Order: sequence, then structure tokens, then C-alpha cells
Amino acid sequence: MTTTPSETVIRMENLGKTFSAEDGAVLQGLDLEIERGQFVALLGASGSGKTTLLNVVAGLEEPTEGSVTAPAQGAAMMFQDAGLFPWLTAGKNVELALELAGVPKAARKDRVQELLELVRLPSVADKRPHELSGGMRQRVGLARALAQEREVLLMDEPFSALDAITRDLLQEELLRIWEVTGRTIVFITHNVSEAVHLGQRVLLLSSRPGKIVEEWDTGPWKDPGSYGFEAVGQSREETLDQLTRTITHRLREEIGRHAR
Amino acid sequence: MPAESTSQNTRNTAEAPDNAAALAGLDALQTRGGQSRTAGEFFRTRVAPPVVALIAALMVWQLTVAIIDPRPDIMPGPLEVGRQIWASIVDGTLPGALATSLWRGVSGFLIAVAVATPLALLIAQWAGLRSAIGPLITGLQVLPSVAWVPAAIVWFGLSDATVYFVVLMGAIPSIVNGMLSGIDQIPPQLLKAGRVLGADGWKLATKVVLPAAMPGYLAGLKQGWAFSWRSLMGAELIAIGGSIGFGLGSLLAQGRTVSDMAIVLTAVLSILLVGIVIELLFFNPLEKKLLRGRGLLVR
Repeated sequence: MTTTPSETVIRMENLGKTFSAEDGAVLQGLDLEIERGQFVALLGASGSGKTTLLNVVAGLEEPTEGSVTAPAQGAAMMFQDAGLFPWLTAGKNVELALELAGVPKAARKDRVQELLELVRLPSVADKRPHELSGGMRQRVGLARALAQEREVLLMDEPFSALDAITRDLLQEELLRIWEVTGRTIVFITHNVSEAVHLGQRVLLLSSRPGKIVEEWDTGPWKDPGSYGFEAVGQSREETLDQLTRTITHRLREEIGRHAR
Repeated sequence: MPAESTSQNTRNTAEAPDNAAALAGLDALQTRGGQSRTAGEFFRTRVAPPVVALIAALMVWQLTVAIIDPRPDIMPGPLEVGRQIWASIVDGTLPGALATSLWRGVSGFLIAVAVATPLALLIAQWAGLRSAIGPLITGLQVLPSVAWVPAAIVWFGLSDATVYFVVLMGAIPSIVNGMLSGIDQIPPQLLKAGRVLGADGWKLATKVVLPAAMPGYLAGLKQGWAFSWRSLMGAELIAIGGSIGFGLGSLLAQGRTVSDMAIVLTAVLSILLVGIVIELLFFNPLEKKLLRGRGLLVR
């Protein structure tokens, strides 16, 4: 990838969000910097304010404390449910994103086809969302999100409603598309192995209030030419497995704090 | 172990095409081809049952009349009613009444749509207006619109304006409420998706809210038509004379005045037929197409 080193695209300083006084803060004292082209996995139990965090980055919600710097154009976003418009075909769904992004009509048709080919769905343009499987819908959703040409792609548990086989394949697809497009991705999940497998950075969010309690850098372990796992005499898989166990343990510890 | 790491690498490089093939296979497994219905199947499942039911009903009717043998002016059999219908067609009364009523019903309904649609959008947009007049609209929807006939006669006399007024009072609240519930039932996820894609204000309303509210809107239109037609018949039945043209409701009133049950049944069956035909030819196909296109209807 041709990324400019250490160019920050998202910066949060002491960010806090409170919806109502009696519920307390959803996010509090959150500091985070994300560089251009990074793949960041955000891990946390329910109630950790992960979705609120994405909404703040996307500009859908204003923080009540601190500051957030994100691209002024906003961010593309994907959800657990692809959120495709059921009255439009897959192709028209993608085209609407292009239209709303201001792409001239003449250029749209070819771009739609390009995007659908990128997610390996070259022949579904005329199908309605309900005629597609859940995994295919998510890929159309991804094509629609990419159509917006936004620097940042926010993904809110996009694979959590899919079956395990589809999820595995889509994880590989997402990594491939990430490498091709060079987008900055913030990926929310509650699945530790998914976070470790996808993210270059794995951030653990505490619950109520949500703040980042720990961070792991998995980038070096995934680079084939890296030093790490040979140094400790383990294979890459073993190292990542161990990391998964460590993070799982830490996540449970964090959840356990809420027991009374 | 160099040997193992080589095989590992081979597997890794081979992963990309494998992944594409697996994904394509999965796509093929998880999508079902839509099955279309043959003409024969359509006839067997959709046309034949109601036709058989209708014939059976006519036979039971004829048989009952033959066995009980009531006075024909109180309970005529289907054959006598059929003769009356034919006579009314030949002398032009029935086609004339049908055309008058249908024209009023359809044009009244269209005016109601034109008034109710922007009204509903306005109410949906503006929470204050909704809490102010929402209950009133629901109340008007429940109120039988023939209750407006006396007032309308006082205001507009025995004219077509009276008939249209009653029709509009019947149809507008239904269409407004249908559209409002259509808007209320839009999944929040779709609105969020629309906003994330950069749609706001007018774009959000026309590209997301309106199409998403279509099923509810169509249900409102369907009910609005039913209310138009019912109100029209009620108004025609009650308000007779003056400059009001002769409709199916007027035919019904005439049958009662001359105590001719065959005329009464001719009018009732014609009113019923219009309702069925409009539903079958217009609303039903429209609704099926809309719902099927969104995967909300399996067959």
C-alpha cells in the first residue's frame, strides 16, 4: 500500500458522550488516533458505546465532551443489517450512493459495475435485495459504502449476523478489498478472533462508560517478513492464537468488573 | 522447518482463487431461483375457486327459492334478478347509473388522494401539527361519513357538491392515516442508511422516506377507495333529487320506493361488483407487485 506514514485521519481527545444524566456517560475520556489506511478493530461487550463511537466519527451524533477530528466529508458506514433499500435493485442501491455523492449520471453505470465486480458480484445488478443471501447483501452494502469514495469506512458488526462459513470468506474478502482500496477501516465486533484476524490494531473498549482500556498491535505478527514469532519460536498462527486468548481473557476481566 | 513453511506458503498463495471459487459456490447455494406461475396454475389456484364458489352460491339461492317459494317481490330467485339486470341494461338505467357512480367515486377518490398525500407529508414532518390534528383525523376516519349528509345538504343543497363532500370526508382521513403509518413503520435502519449516504431534507424525503412508506401508503389508498365508494353509496341513497345525477345508490333507493326487490338486488350486486372489479384489476395487482418486489410476499 502507498500510504503516507503517520497521517492521522481520525483524532479524538478526551471525548465523552452522555445521552441522559440518569444513564450516565456512554463514552468518557476517550483518546484515539487513527492513521490513514489503518485497519482498526474495536472490541467491547454490549453497552460499551461502540456504535455511539462510530456515530460520532460519522458525524451522526455530536460529542458532549472533548473533541473529534474526522474527515469533513463524513464517513461511509456499514451495519449488521446491510440496510439496502428493498425497493431498489442491488445495482440501483449502489447507484443511489453515487448519485447522492454527486457522481454525474453518465459515469454511474460503469462505476456500479466496477464496484459490484470488486465485491465479486458482477451479475447481481438487477436483483432485488431479498433475492440475495445475507452474505451477498453485505457485499452489495460494502459496494454501496465504497461508492461514496470516503476516506474512512466504519463497520458496525457487519458480519455478526452471518453463518460461520460466509463470515470466514467475507473476512478474507474484506482484507483483500482493504488492500485494493487503501481505505481507513474502523471495524466493530464482539468476536475476539475476528478482531485479531482483521485488525492491525485491536482496541478493547470498557463498558459504561466506554473508554479504551487496552490496545494490541497485531500488524507485525501478520507481516510475513516479520521478526516476532520466530523470536519466540512459534508459528504465526500460534502467536495469533495466543494473542486471541490473551485478549479474550482481558475482555472477560473487563466484563466481570460489572458483576455485583 | 523449511519444508512445512514452503507448503504453508503454497497454501497461502493458492488462497486467493480458492476464496473466489468458494464465495461463488456459496452464492450459488444460497440463492434460489424464483419460480414463476404458469397460466394453468394461475387458473387453477386463483380463477377457479371463486368461480366455483359463486356458482355454488347461485345454486343454493335458486334451490332455496324453489323449495321455500317466497313472494317474488320479497325474495326473487337469481333467474328473476338476472332478468331484471338484463332489462336494466337494455333500457340504459343500469349502465347510466353505473357510469355516474363510477365517475363520482373515481374522481372523488383522486381528489382525496391529491389532498391527503401532501397533508400527510406535512403532518409527518411536523410533530406539533401531528399531535394537534392527529386524533381529529383518526376520529374522522372512524366517523361514518354519511353522518355528513344532512350538513352537506344544508350547505350545498341537493347538488353534486354534497356527494363529493361526503366522499372526501370519507376518503381523506383514511389515506392520511395510511401514509402516516407507512412513514412510522419505516425501519430506522433504512433512514440511518439514507443519512449515512448523504441524503437529507428533500433528497431524504423523495429517495428514502416516500418509497419506503409505499406499502403503508398503498394500504391507505385501498382503504381510502373503499371509504369513497361506501360514502358515495350512502350519500346517493340519502340525497335524491335536485341536480344530483342518478347513480347506483339512487337506483337502490328507487327499488325500495317501488318495493321491487329485483331492482334492489340489481343495485346491490352492481355496487358489490364494482368493489370486486376495482380490487382485482387495480389494487390487488399493484399491491402484489409492490410487496413481491420487496420480498414481502412469497407467492
